[in-house]
Amino acid sequence: MSDDALGQVQLDHRSLLLRSEKATKRARIDRFWRTILLLAVGVALVPLASILGVTIYRGAGAINLNFLTENPPFSSGVEGGGYAPAIFGSIYMTGLAILMSLPLGIFAAVFLVEYKRSRLAGPIRFFTDVMTGVPSVFVGLFIFSSLVVDADLFFGTVPGAAALAVLMLPIIVRSSEEVLRLVPQDLRNGAFGLGLRRWQMITRVVLPAAAPGLATASMLAVARGMGETAPLLFTALGARQIVTSATGTPQGALPLQILDEGRQALPAAVERAWAGSLTLMVLVLLFTVGARLLAARSNVSSLS
Amino acid sequence: MSLHSSLEMHIATRQQEPVSPDTRDFVFQIDGVSVFYGGFRAVRDITMDIVPQRITALIGPSGCGKTTVLRCLNRMNDLIETARVEGRISYHGEDLYDKQVDPVEVRRRIGMVFQKPNPFPKSIYDNVAFGPKIIGMKDDLDELVERSLQNAALWDEVKDRLKDSAMSLSGGQQQRLCIARCLAVSPDVILMDEPCSALDPIATGRIEDLMQTLKDQYTIVIVTHNMQQAARVSDMTAFLTAEIHEEQDRRTGILVEYDRTEQIFTNPTDERTENYVTGRFG
Repeated sequence: MSDDALGQVQLDHRSLLLRSEKATKRARIDRFWRTILLLAVGVALVPLASILGVTIYRGAGAINLNFLTENPPFSSGVEGGGYAPAIFGSIYMTGLAILMSLPLGIFAAVFLVEYKRSRLAGPIRFFTDVMTGVPSVFVGLFIFSSLVVDADLFFGTVPGAAALAVLMLPIIVRSSEEVLRLVPQDLRNGAFGLGLRRWQMITRVVLPAAAPGLATASMLAVARGMGETAPLLFTALGARQIVTSATGTPQGALPLQILDEGRQALPAAVERAWAGSLTLMVLVLLFTVGARLLAARSNVSSLS
Repeated sequence: MSLHSSLEMHIATRQQEPVSPDTRDFVFQIDGVSVFYGGFRAVRDITMDIVPQRITALIGPSGCGKTTVLRCLNRMNDLIETARVEGRISYHGEDLYDKQVDPVEVRRRIGMVFQKPNPFPKSIYDNVAFGPKIIGMKDDLDELVERSLQNAALWDEVKDRLKDSAMSLSGGQQQRLCIARCLAVSPDVILMDEPCSALDPIATGRIEDLMQTLKDQYTIVIVTHNMQQAARVSDMTAFLTAEIHEEQDRRTGILVEYDRTEQIFTNPTDERTENYVTGRFG
């Protein structure tokens, strides 16, 4: 092929260095708005940073091994002592709560994702959303009237855990639903193609593939449940010594203890409340960060 | 027509024992089948018989319903909410859509390999052992896994790393693993839905070779976009095309011609088939 077979094309090139007049103006507007956005982000971070800062500053001074292992003193005005009953109670009740809500929540999520055809799926999803928005004090009142009074369980661990479970349930349902939806449809087809029944497909393929994501969902729910105060006010009630019994004795919890002592005009009590806040914050953070790490390592996202 | 003559060569060079449909029992008899998705008819009046231990290819342009027809054969369409099948499909003489028939049993006998390799996120060994375990086959699993992987021409590549994740395999290896997984439950028929469309030419060649060995034991029905592949591997070819309904902008697939592959590619009776296989259309 000869050169002229391609023909000659006149190239019309304007130098990249020549900029239109409007370009500088546009650049200035861009800079202006970028600054505004940055400032807005900064302002939004102020409350978060100050909460973290103050809690660490006020709490770190009062926290020590005794604080984590001792009972609070008999009188709130006395210095020393610790929040061991509250820490124990929080872990005990949240643990029980996750045991109650996780199976139920995962069952509901499986139903929503794998049985889309069901006419119940829509209403269930709607009521789950409604439950997410229910003020937590209502949940406390509901458990108080049903378990504490009507079922005659008295204040204690199980009613407290039940109240937390009710609050955690919608979180688990919705986040598990998201996780199950991430499991590629190809895997379900593969399982059906091998001649699996739907329940076999769910238990042998979908749930194992989604397991890390489901663990993340439950940790987020734990983090949420741990910090709840209102539902525990009239279900767990609070305790100043370690309570191991499931029912019959009021149980302690970190938020309850913080509420109890933080509002008193006694410096020793307020100081302990700050230390308790720091403890609670670290616990919640541990679960939240743990959930993130698990989510990052989850193999669900790498499947598709 | 260079494409045409190269296809002819493929066929001529292959040592091919003749298919004699009349003297054999059919695995599937598809009789006047239409498939609807909701109110929309995806394929219309498909009638064809599928012979055992042969490879039957379904070819045709996009949207002509090849996959829809294939998914009817193991009742995978049942999983689509709105899907409905009319007409009769019999499998070894039994009505596949009889109320008494359990679709799960159908899918155990009629295995499927999908377009995109879809191994489970488990080890290579567990992927193959998965089906037999669930069905409750009590044979020696190790031996069954080895045999299935060997039959899928994958054993030599993975025998030293059976405990590795299946996700660590290449696309072609994953697809052969999916074939091994399918073989492990001893199906009678293997349906393949564009099994090579996500694979490179070398991996495709391996799968095609594998199909040739598998047909001694299995009946294979394959959907392919790739005409050369149909010409290379199949014994029988069905050409489908889409009727376009202008007013609704929808397509309904119809079966244009079904014959021996050689016939379809060298001497098709229908003009539409000829246009397609010679590359003038589609």
